[in-house]
Amino acid sequence: MTRLGGLIAFLVLALFLVVPNFLKNYGIHLFTTWLVFIIATMGLNLTVGYAGQKSLGHAAFFGIGAYTVAILLKAGISFWIGLPLAALICFATGLVVGFPALRVQTIYLAFATLGFNTAIWLVMRNEEWLTGGNFGINNIARPSLGGLSLDGNLAYYFFVLGVTLILAVLLAALLHSPWGKAFTALRDNPIRAESLGIDTRGYTLLSFAIGAAYAGIAGGLYASQVQFIDPALFTVHASIMMYLMVVVGGPGYFLGPVLGSAVGVVLPEWLRFAQGWYLFVFGAAVVLLMIWLPDGLLSIPDRLRARRQAREASAARAAAAAEIGRQVRA
Amino acid sequence: MTSPVSPNQASPPVLRVTDIRKHYGAIRAVDGVSFEVRPGEIFGVIGPNGSGKTTLFNSMLGQITPDSGRIELKGEDVTRLGPLELSRRGVGRTFQTLQVFGRMTVRDNLIVAAQEHQGTMFSRMFAPSDSGLGARADALIDQFRIRHVADRKAGELSYGQQKLVDIAMAFMSKPDLVLLDEPCAGVNPSLVGGISRLLKELNRDRRGSFVVIEHNMDFVMALCHRIMVMVEGTVLAVGTPEEIRANREVLDAYLGN
Repeated sequence: MTRLGGLIAFLVLALFLVVPNFLKNYGIHLFTTWLVFIIATMGLNLTVGYAGQKSLGHAAFFGIGAYTVAILLKAGISFWIGLPLAALICFATGLVVGFPALRVQTIYLAFATLGFNTAIWLVMRNEEWLTGGNFGINNIARPSLGGLSLDGNLAYYFFVLGVTLILAVLLAALLHSPWGKAFTALRDNPIRAESLGIDTRGYTLLSFAIGAAYAGIAGGLYASQVQFIDPALFTVHASIMMYLMVVVGGPGYFLGPVLGSAVGVVLPEWLRFAQGWYLFVFGAAVVLLMIWLPDGLLSIPDRLRARRQAREASAARAAAAAEIGRQVRA
Repeated sequence: MTSPVSPNQASPPVLRVTDIRKHYGAIRAVDGVSFEVRPGEIFGVIGPNGSGKTTLFNSMLGQITPDSGRIELKGEDVTRLGPLELSRRGVGRTFQTLQVFGRMTVRDNLIVAAQEHQGTMFSRMFAPSDSGLGARADALIDQFRIRHVADRKAGELSYGQQKLVDIAMAFMSKPDLVLLDEPCAGVNPSLVGGISRLLKELNRDRRGSFVVIEHNMDFVMALCHRIMVMVEGTVLAVGTPEEIRANREVLDAYLGN
């Protein structure tokens, strides 16, 4: 990580550690939701941003995670079994959903995953015996951690923060390992990657599966946070919003999801003054962003650096040319 | 400039291609081509556009499956293997067009080019970032004289610099056989000499075998130990550069044009 990246990470961490202590319940709820979406979009950032697979079905994994934890809690099974199981089920489902990506890419893959999302949503809505159908599942309990109750909003917030940090460190370590390079190679040029012995099939499937597992954990945390879930939370619309969060933050930038989720979760609250115009303002901002910063907000430092290097390179060329000119004259 | 090292004539061939055919409808893109590449040999393939060079190349690299014929790598039948398996068996390649990973640094481009050749996928999970390949990457960076751009993103470099990175990547995993598809395409004349010198060095130091497809005749003549001339999907002649230069048929069919 660069020095700037480290500084930003430190400031972000300080923000998450300090600010919620001074917030009322609604503010804490907002911060918790922000963290939940950071986890979900960290996973999507791996699939979309690092490995380059266009997935529009992420909310389905989020939903599978949420329903797994909720249904198990209702059946009297501990949150501490439910949450890892949610991750595991999503990992396995992610492997399966990854298979279309071995055949189709870009917009076609997006549609395939979108179809998957719709199918899962229909299961959530129609299988009332399991999911409660349109009525959803309410009174979802919050866990306790080693005798410490997480019922309080602030306590639960700090628990979610802890999980987010663990998952962030794991992802950072993975991306720093050879796997990170393999994912990036897969995104930049799959044909070349394969010619260098990179198992593009394996990495494609794993990028889906790991991304899905993150969404599953996020969903499980979300179920206990809001204590009520219904299928409307996990529609294709939610998938598109998550995709947008990754794109706005900066796909393939580690802290992109932090910023992207802020735009998707926190910004709507700040734009409440706009009321009915909120979606218009949001939509217009996205259009402008895509025109000027197609690689997302976190691409700004890279752009400035590239511009400086280009300037230095042309200055060096000019100096070299002047030197040659001097020698020719001499 | 160093002269090509004479290849080992006695040892078994690295690559043996036997009677490869690939037809597209009535078009006989490759029509019964056979040749051998010996250890340490630089083998050139020339021929006019449409003579079947690229189809032959794609067959050898597992991009397409030939209709019939056999391709053996160090005695093993690899006719039906794909690019991934061929890479793992020691076949490196470059492409006609630039194929670097634009958003990775030059150094990371080199490291990723060899990291999958050691250990298993799961042993690489959470392994050191450079997979222990840093020194090997640095050696190639120095040999290719791209030290000054080693930490830049490959996509930001000039065409010539990217071409050098592209070629260096093919050598990172220490392949026994490297197939180079028009290494001089789109490269300015001063760099053509540089690429030729590098390939000779690599051939001498590593005893690697290369197959080179190239249009630049001076480049092929100066670099290759033997040259195969293809016309309309068939082999017109195989021989040393001197033999090819003196061959009447080749002159008529190709060089004379």
